[in-house]
Amino acid sequence: MSLRPDLAIIARNVAPGSRVLDVGCGDGALMAALRDQKQVDARGLELDPANVAAAVGRGLSVVQGDADTDLADYPDQSFDYAILSQTLQTTMRPHVVLDHLLRIGQRAFVSFPNFAHWRVRLSLLWGGRMPVTRLLPLAWYETPNIHHVTIDDFRAFVREQGLTVEGAWFLSDGNPARPAAANFFAEHAVFLLRR
Amino acid sequence: MSAPTFGQNCRAVLPGPLRLDGGVLLSPVEIAYETYGTLDAEGTNAILVCHALTGDQYVASNHPITGKPGWWTRMIGPGKPIDPARDFVICTNVLGSCMGTSGPATVNAATGKPWGMSFPVITIRDMVRAQAMLLDHLGIGRLKAVVGGSMGGMQALSWAATFPDRVAAAVVIAATARHSAQNIAFHEVGRQAIMADPNWNGGDYYEGTPPAAGLAVARMAAHITYLSEAGLTEKFGRRLQAREAKSFGFDADFQVESYLRHQGLAFTDRFDANAYLYITRALDYFDLAEEHGGVLANAFRGAATRFCLVSFDTDWLYPTRESRAVVQALHAAGAAASFVELSSPFGHDAFLLDSPELNRVVEGFLGNGR
Repeated sequence: MSLRPDLAIIARNVAPGSRVLDVGCGDGALMAALRDQKQVDARGLELDPANVAAAVGRGLSVVQGDADTDLADYPDQSFDYAILSQTLQTTMRPHVVLDHLLRIGQRAFVSFPNFAHWRVRLSLLWGGRMPVTRLLPLAWYETPNIHHVTIDDFRAFVREQGLTVEGAWFLSDGNPARPAAANFFAEHAVFLLRR
Repeated sequence: MSAPTFGQNCRAVLPGPLRLDGGVLLSPVEIAYETYGTLDAEGTNAILVCHALTGDQYVASNHPITGKPGWWTRMIGPGKPIDPARDFVICTNVLGSCMGTSGPATVNAATGKPWGMSFPVITIRDMVRAQAMLLDHLGIGRLKAVVGGSMGGMQALSWAATFPDRVAAAVVIAATARHSAQNIAFHEVGRQAIMADPNWNGGDYYEGTPPAAGLAVARMAAHITYLSEAGLTEKFGRRLQAREAKSFGFDADFQVESYLRHQGLAFTDRFDANAYLYITRALDYFDLAEEHGGVLANAFRGAATRFCLVSFDTDWLYPTRESRAVVQALHAAGAAASFVELSSPFGHDAFLLDSPELNRVVEGFLGNGR
């Protein structure tokens, strides 16, 4: 089974044998890949009970919970990596969640859909409507994405917080996009951060 | 000491002594148990199933008194998450109970009479230590898993805390790490009902009439806590029992009254009132954090045990927040923990009922699905 492109990037860049907390781990696809291919000790947090059941059914250690409220339960620096894939934009307080990620993990992988991708811009510019695209498929009233963010927003936030970017990857149609024009051409971004 | 036996209706008389948390040395220790399946040559497939307050060792075979099927045949059996074709399953009647294991209803060898209230007060950890003695007797070192719901889940937690090296995995369903004030309060109602029954006679009734009325009321009160309000409403509402109108009397006018009376009475056929006192006391005394310097995480520090906790959204006896408190402690201890809150209309009793999600989670966690 092939991983979603942003997860594949994360999987490639996690050190073998490390301890990983996957926040918003879904059905555990990334955790299973890390466990099976890199002997990673992976733990997960996931909101949806059906997803938790599926992940536990794969033999993974996954706890049902909410990134906005339950990350406080994890001790400081208890993981090598904390991973937040496609979840940042769904949280109530993204900055608090990021703060927790870098408290719990020595490093954090964060992936998110880029709201400044040209398709989104066109949709808003010409249509005058909230974009409904392949990556943002739900209408404004039912989307879980309540904190849309662009790559440049995120870069600015990381700078303001004084965080170090150890790696950044950009994807367009599942293929790498150039960093320079990423805010226009990339649908997805993956950042590797540390304090 | 007898040679170890396997299969149905087993009973071991162990010399002990078993040092109880209350300070008493219990000797000998009788333990009634059942096993299903075969222990493999390496001894790596043993699963201990722990029963709840009024449960027993008949987890997957017919009950000798009621004739009903085992209490957890939904979880244990051919093609189930715990399958005797693959797993060696052990279930013991807990210490203090009344289906053959040492308790107030068994005979005190020193006097030749039933212990009654002279039986020492026991704890959940005492139950666990007695089970460990039986496993020693059966030649089982390390358990593939300890699995239990309600009080069985508390035993699973206590197992992991007391014998971390002997438990590879713990499945803790609809349980808690400590009895709350509300839990204790409901149990106290039950105990007072038993002790207010003149037939109780200070616990000395084994040659006379047992305090069935008191025990029935205790069961009725407890039974309410096992169900959800929505479940009761759906099942009974305000419907009347076999009558067209209210009787303006104190018969069981309402279906829910009739149901509870039946539950209470049926219970007295199979359970001993004193055992009910002792086991509810053990539950009320249960506070795993207290046993570990007031910090629950200390109970699990350094443990290699994997944990799986499951709660049910309508369980108000041991609500989800109690499971979450355990998960939080497991995180703090760095233990491998899984947790899911499942949805069910049936309250605390949900763990005994049909729940495909529960089976899926337990099967996957035990690695039996792969």
